[in-house]
Amino acid sequence: MGFITNMINGISLGSVYAIIALGYTMVYGIAKMLNFAHGDVIMVGGYICFIAMNNLGLPPVVAVLLSIVGCTCLGIVVERLAYKPLREAPSLAVLITAIGVSYFLQNTALLVWGADPKAFRSILDLPSIKLFNGQLTVSPISLVTVAACVAIMVGLTLFTTRTKMGKAMRACSEDKGAAQLMGINVNTTISMVFAIGSGLAAIAGVLLCSTYPTLMPTTGSLPGIKAFTAAVIGGIGSIPGAALGGVLLGIIEIFAKAYIGTQLADAIVFAVLIVVLLIRPAGLLGKEIHEKV
Amino acid sequence: MAMLKVTDLNVYYGSIHAVKGVSFEVQEGEIVTLIGANGAGKSTTLNTVAGLLKARSGSVEFEGESLVGIPAHKMVSKGIALCPEGRRVFQDLTVRENLEMGAFIRTDAEATEMRTVVYDRFPRLKERRNQRAGTLSGGEQQMLAMGRALMSKPKLMMLDEPSMGLAPILVQEIFDIIKVFNEMGTTVLLVEQNASMALSVADRGYVLETGRVVKTGTGSELLVDDDVRKAYLGG
Repeated sequence: MGFITNMINGISLGSVYAIIALGYTMVYGIAKMLNFAHGDVIMVGGYICFIAMNNLGLPPVVAVLLSIVGCTCLGIVVERLAYKPLREAPSLAVLITAIGVSYFLQNTALLVWGADPKAFRSILDLPSIKLFNGQLTVSPISLVTVAACVAIMVGLTLFTTRTKMGKAMRACSEDKGAAQLMGINVNTTISMVFAIGSGLAAIAGVLLCSTYPTLMPTTGSLPGIKAFTAAVIGGIGSIPGAALGGVLLGIIEIFAKAYIGTQLADAIVFAVLIVVLLIRPAGLLGKEIHEKV
Repeated sequence: MAMLKVTDLNVYYGSIHAVKGVSFEVQEGEIVTLIGANGAGKSTTLNTVAGLLKARSGSVEFEGESLVGIPAHKMVSKGIALCPEGRRVFQDLTVRENLEMGAFIRTDAEATEMRTVVYDRFPRLKERRNQRAGTLSGGEQQMLAMGRALMSKPKLMMLDEPSMGLAPILVQEIFDIIKVFNEMGTTVLLVEQNASMALSVADRGYVLETGRVVKTGTGSELLVDDDVRKAYLGG
């Protein structure tokens, strides 16, 4: 039964990574930049939800919606102010800016909300589900997390293959000049992707804090880095890759914690990244990029 | 009044002066070609008209309205489409999705109507409508790029090197299609290195050399012009 419990926890944690990784991978796909501030948007999403539930006494559903709206706006503003002016700049400048935005968000959170960890109340107030005479316990939030991840994947797949804006997003990811010639406004499309990614980060933040209920200004950093790792393992730029990478990473992390040791778990996660990159440099589902001569 | 009027256009890449005071006109219903060797400034001129590059000075007027400062994504709603050099179809999108992107600014009903027109003209594209564009042959990709440009129902279609890298039999086909587009009422501005082909379909042509217009005339005049024959038509 221990195995099954670990598996469920792994898939659940992996689903959170997958939702975060989707934001990384979509932004990379269209803007060709690594948005290292993405992890901190998770933390902001967590705080918004926390304040809405604890300080304002709003029901969890409303709190989650507020958190999504807040992070979506934050994503659009950050893109407009920090990244858009650097559209033609070298990628190193954009990368450093993203790290700057990350520090800015963390320290703003420190100023506003203080350094003390907040005890996040789960958005689901339900008892654990006991199966097989109590030998197997499943927390409802795990199921909700996995369901949310599946729903988001289905939603995104439909969006990118069925809607005009979704197809325009794929067209922009491939060739911005040609997309402009079609009449697609590339700036609006990039804003839209940042909005979607940040909205997803809010969901991930709420789910993450509901499972691991400590909220502080650095809460988003490590999950952010791990989700980035997941996106790279899956193949950065690939939406199914982000989902696969996220779930794999979650499972590996939980099993490493259970059977090898808590201290070593993170090292093992990043070791997997190195191994994958050595064997498949483009990631599991990524495409080899052929340099044009 | 000319449909497209370019006057004294100057375009730079950094400090390189690529287009040096180019002026030309395209009348409604015409096929006009810009010919010249590599680096003559033909593609730069087209990309500037399309809004992908910024001119340092000079004017571009379309139907009497200045196009200076209008971003590339607004050009297509003005009635200008560019079928770019190297085709640049969206490799990861299917043939059908590529065509849909061509009609991005159009309504769904208009897109459906134009898709029928394009499929009639290019039956190969219809057969392969659900295939990824990246799996098409070079000739098919060129047809897709042209069909995609047609999807926006442009008044002026600009084509940049449509025959590049294609087998001679396909080159003939591409030029036949350009004539058909023109007969359907689309004005065509064509940039080509294949000067003999371009001049044989064009009403008028301009010869560019290192960023300047050095000669102009009707297609048939330029085809028999001694200088043009020596420089671009192999004697």
